[in-house]
Amino acid sequence: MEDPMAAIRETFFQECEEQLAELESGLIAMENGSAEVETVNAVFRAVHSMKGGAGIFSLDALVRFAHVFETALDKVRSGTLVATPAVLSVFLRAADVLADLVRAARENGKVDEARTSAMVAEFDQINEIAGGVGPAPQSSAAAGGVFEEDPAPDSVARSCWEINYTPRAELYAKANETAILLRELRRLGEIEVRLDTSLLPELSEMDPEGSYLSWHIKLKADCNEADIRHVFEFVEDDCALSITPPDEPQGLIPGTVITGDNGFKFEFFPPPEMEEPEAEPVAQAVPATAPQPQVIQPSMVKSQAVEAIAAKAESAAAAPVTIRVDLDRVDRMIDLVGELVINEAMLSQRVLEAGITRASGVAMALEELEHLTREIQDSVMAIRAQPVRSVFQRMPRLVREVAAQTGKQVRLIMEGENTEVDKTVIERIADPLTHMIRNAIDHGLESTETRIESGKPVEGTVKLTALHRSGRIVLEVSDDGGGINRARVKQKAVENGVIAPDAQLTDDEIDNLIFLPGFSTAAKVSDISGRGVGMDVVRQSVAALGGRISISSRPGQGSIFTLSLPLTLAVLDGMVVSARGHTLIIPLGAIVETLKPRAADVFPLDRDLNVLALRGGYVPMVDVAASLGYCDQFIEPEQSVALLVEGEGGVRAVLLVDAIHGQRQVVIKSLEANYRAVPGIAAATVMGDGRVALILDVDAVVRNARSETGGRTPEALILAEAP
Amino acid sequence: MSTTTVLTVDDSRAMRDMLRHSLAAAGFRVIQAEDGLHGLEMLAEEMPDVIVTDINMPRMDGFGFIEAVRKDETRKALPVLVLTTEVDVEKKNRARAAGATGWIVKPFDPVKLVDAIRRVSA
Repeated sequence: MEDPMAAIRETFFQECEEQLAELESGLIAMENGSAEVETVNAVFRAVHSMKGGAGIFSLDALVRFAHVFETALDKVRSGTLVATPAVLSVFLRAADVLADLVRAARENGKVDEARTSAMVAEFDQINEIAGGVGPAPQSSAAAGGVFEEDPAPDSVARSCWEINYTPRAELYAKANETAILLRELRRLGEIEVRLDTSLLPELSEMDPEGSYLSWHIKLKADCNEADIRHVFEFVEDDCALSITPPDEPQGLIPGTVITGDNGFKFEFFPPPEMEEPEAEPVAQAVPATAPQPQVIQPSMVKSQAVEAIAAKAESAAAAPVTIRVDLDRVDRMIDLVGELVINEAMLSQRVLEAGITRASGVAMALEELEHLTREIQDSVMAIRAQPVRSVFQRMPRLVREVAAQTGKQVRLIMEGENTEVDKTVIERIADPLTHMIRNAIDHGLESTETRIESGKPVEGTVKLTALHRSGRIVLEVSDDGGGINRARVKQKAVENGVIAPDAQLTDDEIDNLIFLPGFSTAAKVSDISGRGVGMDVVRQSVAALGGRISISSRPGQGSIFTLSLPLTLAVLDGMVVSARGHTLIIPLGAIVETLKPRAADVFPLDRDLNVLALRGGYVPMVDVAASLGYCDQFIEPEQSVALLVEGEGGVRAVLLVDAIHGQRQVVIKSLEANYRAVPGIAAATVMGDGRVALILDVDAVVRNARSETGGRTPEALILAEAP
Repeated sequence: MSTTTVLTVDDSRAMRDMLRHSLAAAGFRVIQAEDGLHGLEMLAEEMPDVIVTDINMPRMDGFGFIEAVRKDETRKALPVLVLTTEVDVEKKNRARAAGATGWIVKPFDPVKLVDAIRRVSA
């Protein structure tokens, strides 16, 4: 069974992530000077709320730090502290520390104590300027645990207590009731109540909301004073109260606050000074000997006040109404809509086959259905779409960290944060983007000295942009650094045997060499962008999403990395091809071009393996049908259609098929979930005629072909065979 | 005896879950709002027996909410407990002036909260 506390704890951490994001974007808005009053409030609330939640779970370190942070933010909010750039810099770094504390709490991990205390020291300085910090609240577990009762009474005696109680009007104004207090007292033991009406004025002079009555209560109970005061806990400040054990001299017992164990506190608000005589509302005059509460059931009327306030607030905050939905439900809907699209296509095809003309009523109704189906599909996909903001929001922190590590000054500009993309895609672009930004700062931007020498602003700029372009999302990371050092890249490529020493490459081709495996121009792998992986890993993870990455660079002016991804992973743009009577889908993103190979360009490398001479290089040729085991006989290259495809790492191969039937958007169905994983096949889809078509795993096919050639070329073969 | 209905007003999901969990375990019926404005909307629909509200919330904070609650004659007798991490005396006085019945300082203690609710509800 699920532990409810564990679930609430998880909710708390999820909420923390949201609040950290809000905190950071708010602070950045403040830094840019674009913050409004509400932004400052939201920033405060984020920290405040984390503190409150952390208290539930006794996350003491988090509570303490949040408290210090919150205190400073509250001062900004109230205007006693000015949010100068220096102060905001402390806040931004504190947000990072807070994020670390949250993470540590979530994973029961370690925190950098030194960093936290250094941060607290900085806050102390700030807070000193604007007055001190209040006491941090104790966490619930700090003293004795949440469920522990009050400490044992000091004197328990069977005795008759005398209680004198005179409520003030404020007590009633705050919805407290004498009747309830009497009821509570009766729970402690026997009570004898005398109502004092001596102060009750004439009816004509009575203030209906005044308070004029007092009660003298004798309580016979096995209890202590704390128990009795507990009853009056909420009203103590709104009434005159004296509690006296019979054997002690009469006297007023002062006290306004009752503090429980573990830092818990109840307080009744002291009323403002009395000016008018107190009056007891008539409704409150309960027969004292029978303390049955009169329950006044308020009517359920929507008051004008509510409407007025609601109307006012509506204009102030027209926040969109949102609901939270379990992702599984949305996925199920997407699945069903996928089925609907397929069924609709099948129906259309059947209707055509039945010889019903397009002008007939049936066909027209079907067309309408098709439109609606597409619309439903788009709308459902839109539910999963989310702005890339959630990923973008992590970048300012990254930039600050990398800038600090490299000693460079960096300004991050972000555009298109509201660009929407499917949730699954969002989750998987964070890593490549992180890597690209690290790379841009570490390798892209020059050192401060070099920048000064070349007359550039000391502060380097990294720009992150998201936009939609022809049904895909395009992410660009650009820097105003030195651009790619092509001479060094080329030299390195030759050293690594990636290209021939005399290879003629265009500038673009040289730039894109950096995506090849194990390629790094940095003299030594730095801790920052290195981390043991290169841009080839980025390229691979991007390719796994059906995306592409490229770079364009201008010497002395900087580089632009462009990442293009499909908007969703649930549908795919594919090329429908046939191979020996089997219909297959080849992902459009992998196809570079289609060709009609000439016999003269085909060179046999092995019995089963040909390569195609293409623009001065050789590309392995793969007979798709044979590679999937549809047949043993290889297709004649000249009778086939060839597709030049590119797999991960930019590795290319030529796929041979019988014919191309056109492009189509297909709904992806997992083969693994419905059948089992099949090598060479990525997934499946259902075509309009109801037949299943397999989607080719281009990467696997290309990888396979490459390993077969083993880097051999026909020339080498010919030379080897020469006598 | 009919079940006591408690309206909780808090912008934190974790806190709402926590309140629902502990108050439901104590036999209360719990209805929940995400901020003051939402709380007022819910009050227009249904009158609870007790309100437990946070102070710092977006759109409408606890002070505004309590004031709005008290503005309506039918809600003068409705107990409103403030549950907050605020320790500031000034804030407490503001809540008092707005018409709050009681002030409970977090950390959250379910037993005490349940006890407090029992003692202010008729």
